[in-house]
Amino acid sequence: MAEVNGDTSLRLAMRGVRKAFGPVQALGGVDLEVCPGEVHALIGENGAGKSTLMKVLSGAHQADDGSMSLDGAIYSPSDPLDARSHGVAMIYQELTLAPHLSVLENIWLGREQCGLLGKMNRKAMRPAVEAALDRLEHPDIRPEKLVSELSTGARQLVEVARALVGEAKVLVMDEPTSSLSRKDTERLFAVVDRLRADGVSVIYISHFLEEVEEIADRFTVLRDGETAGSGVIGEVKLDRIIEMMVGRSLDEVFPQVPHERGEVVLRAQGVRGPHLLREASFELHAGEIFGVAGLVGAGRTELLRVLQGLAPVQGGTFDFVGKAGGAKSATGLLSEDRKEEGLALNLSLGENLTLGHLTPLLQGPWLSHVRRRAVTRQWVEELTVRCASPDQSIGDLSGGNQQKIAFARLLHAGVPVLLLDEPTRGVDVGSKVEIYRLMGKLAAQSKALFVVSSYLPELLGVCDRIAVMHRGVLGPARPVAECTEHGLLEEATRGVGENAAAPVSHTAFQRFQKEYHA
Amino acid sequence: MNELTASRPAIWLMIRPIAGPLLGLLLVLALFWFLEPDAFLSARNLRTVSVQTVIVGLGAIGMTFVIASGGIDLSIGSVIALSSVVAAAVAKAGYDPMLCAMAGVVTGATCGLINGLVIARLGVIPFIATLGMMGVARGVAKWLASEQKIDAPAGWLESIMSKAEEFRILGLPQAVWLTVLLAVVFGLVLRHTVLGAHTLAIGSNEDTARLCGVRVGRTKVWIYVLCGIFGGLAGVMTFGRLTVGDPTTAIGEELDVIAAVVIGGASLAGGEGRIAGSILGALLMAFLANGCNLTGVPNYVQEILIGVIIVAAVAVDRYRYHSMKM
Repeated sequence: MAEVNGDTSLRLAMRGVRKAFGPVQALGGVDLEVCPGEVHALIGENGAGKSTLMKVLSGAHQADDGSMSLDGAIYSPSDPLDARSHGVAMIYQELTLAPHLSVLENIWLGREQCGLLGKMNRKAMRPAVEAALDRLEHPDIRPEKLVSELSTGARQLVEVARALVGEAKVLVMDEPTSSLSRKDTERLFAVVDRLRADGVSVIYISHFLEEVEEIADRFTVLRDGETAGSGVIGEVKLDRIIEMMVGRSLDEVFPQVPHERGEVVLRAQGVRGPHLLREASFELHAGEIFGVAGLVGAGRTELLRVLQGLAPVQGGTFDFVGKAGGAKSATGLLSEDRKEEGLALNLSLGENLTLGHLTPLLQGPWLSHVRRRAVTRQWVEELTVRCASPDQSIGDLSGGNQQKIAFARLLHAGVPVLLLDEPTRGVDVGSKVEIYRLMGKLAAQSKALFVVSSYLPELLGVCDRIAVMHRGVLGPARPVAECTEHGLLEEATRGVGENAAAPVSHTAFQRFQKEYHA
Repeated sequence: MNELTASRPAIWLMIRPIAGPLLGLLLVLALFWFLEPDAFLSARNLRTVSVQTVIVGLGAIGMTFVIASGGIDLSIGSVIALSSVVAAAVAKAGYDPMLCAMAGVVTGATCGLINGLVIARLGVIPFIATLGMMGVARGVAKWLASEQKIDAPAGWLESIMSKAEEFRILGLPQAVWLTVLLAVVFGLVLRHTVLGAHTLAIGSNEDTARLCGVRVGRTKVWIYVLCGIFGGLAGVMTFGRLTVGDPTTAIGEELDVIAAVVIGGASLAGGEGRIAGSILGALLMAFLANGCNLTGVPNYVQEILIGVIIVAAVAVDRYRYHSMKM
């Protein structure tokens, strides 16, 4: 870092920044230094404190301690508007555009230039918008176009344009490519390159390491709310960066629990569902962890929803056989979206845990809260959930502990078939390891686990067999020993046999690599 | 307060969720007791207020379920009117008061069933579905009654709403005890049964409930039927009190009922709500109205006060919620 700082004065310096939410120390003394005309990657797992740090930078949160300086002057924004007037702009993961307004109206939203009686002066606002849009070089984005008519990628660029009109000196991009196609990503990178050449400092948040390698100059790694390391891209090996992120060596992450494959419990023949799901045939055994790889949007989640009965079957059949055949409810689904679907955040731990199966709590017609607490305590202990009490609101727990409760719900319901959609998304490394161990233990108890994940090392680390879904068609399942990351990637992007699409370009292949290198 | 939590945690845990409306009610009681020491807390006046609370209170029990499930029922005022008209028509035809009561309750349940089916099966949002029912039920009531009041003998339905000494139990009219009994039973239903747990789960996060295998549509139908039944019961009590079936009664009553539930701590976003709180909310409004009358405060002041209290109750709740989160 020293060599970069030696001849250049810093654009932004954050030193010893601390921030606590109640008892949770989200940031415990973070340092971050960014130079002018630099793309600085901020790397870390979910929950490492990246978003909190950026909220402090953008004035959405006030730091408890520490200092910030911008171009050498003390900088302490009172709110996001204040930050923006200092030239610090954020582009959030969730886009903050009003879809019913035009590009121009969105760009000037909140700072409109008005004439008499508040009449918007579009003419005066237009040149700045056009200048900004010219820098983006995107054919679809015109000032008068409604945002709802633009693609996701184009919307992202409108956000960038908004920041440019505000004369941003520091631009924060929070996982900007997570929902972009490769083409839009390339376009965005070209824009970032141009901004860098213009002297804008870009803080680029991502956990796709290849992407970081491609675009960033330097990086800072956060772990558990602290700076775990920083350096110059290209000088530090990827493996070393990953170890900084997870705080342990890679082979400790996937604990192996021996388990034995039993009888078939679920037999699916040509299952077709809504949207993307075209054909899925497979046999799932008790005591087996069956992995499903594939690109986001390949139809994997749809398959789980059909199996769970949340989406209609539009063709083919699936039958639960053996011990799953007689069960009242054979499956339990762990949702990929914990906040929106998986949990009722303002209900208690106990209420969330038992909602899928209230029968054991019944005493006559009445639900026993005593039993609910007892059941909850038992699972909390078994899965080592960190919480204050069974009556605590589940929204107060960390992502990892929330996920354990969502898991416990399936275990409490006692279903023989567990459908797990991205089971470790948004979970810290410690909890990830515990969840992997739990999955192994469940297989050893002859449960059948059907696991969808976009994180290939995870599938290769815990599954017994893996099948790849490509454009709605589930490929043949193969023992994990026969699978390689490269092979799975190839299949996920091209399909196999008659489903094989035209050979993909090198860049599409790279894009997928980014997705799994979390 | 801290000593209380230390020495009697169980009682505090029971009171804490309804501490807001309870405190509000005590404040109102203290204020008017101070202004009007003799008349306000007299047995006679307490009887008057309690019997006035019966109708809103019954409605609030059903409405608590609806609001806790994240819904709303705007039709309850019209349903009260329609049920009172049906009960009066049955009484006029010479049938037994029990049959009148049944007819009123079934009328309410039917309205609730239609609400529930429109919401759960057709996917119309509760605000619109029940806004429609609000118009339909009111119209049907006027149609049945030929736009007049139906005069009919209410029999014992009159006596259970009566404040006269010979009909009282432990100093209070029978209908008051009926309301208390139902409030206790349905308070337990909301907190301690599968129906109640599912209601709160749907209100908190409908997708989660569906994921967990809760039959969301069916549960919603039951919730609106329940609210309709309580609307019907409130209509029967209205007929008992007035001894006429009046198709223009209870106009705007739905807002009083919703206000009682909201003052009682329920969240219109769903997932929260307590019957005890709702009943306290209903009592708070009734005592406020009564106290204003006794002290000669003009009606408009009373309306302003109620408006302020509703907003204040929710604002305080939000404040508490946010301070908890941060």
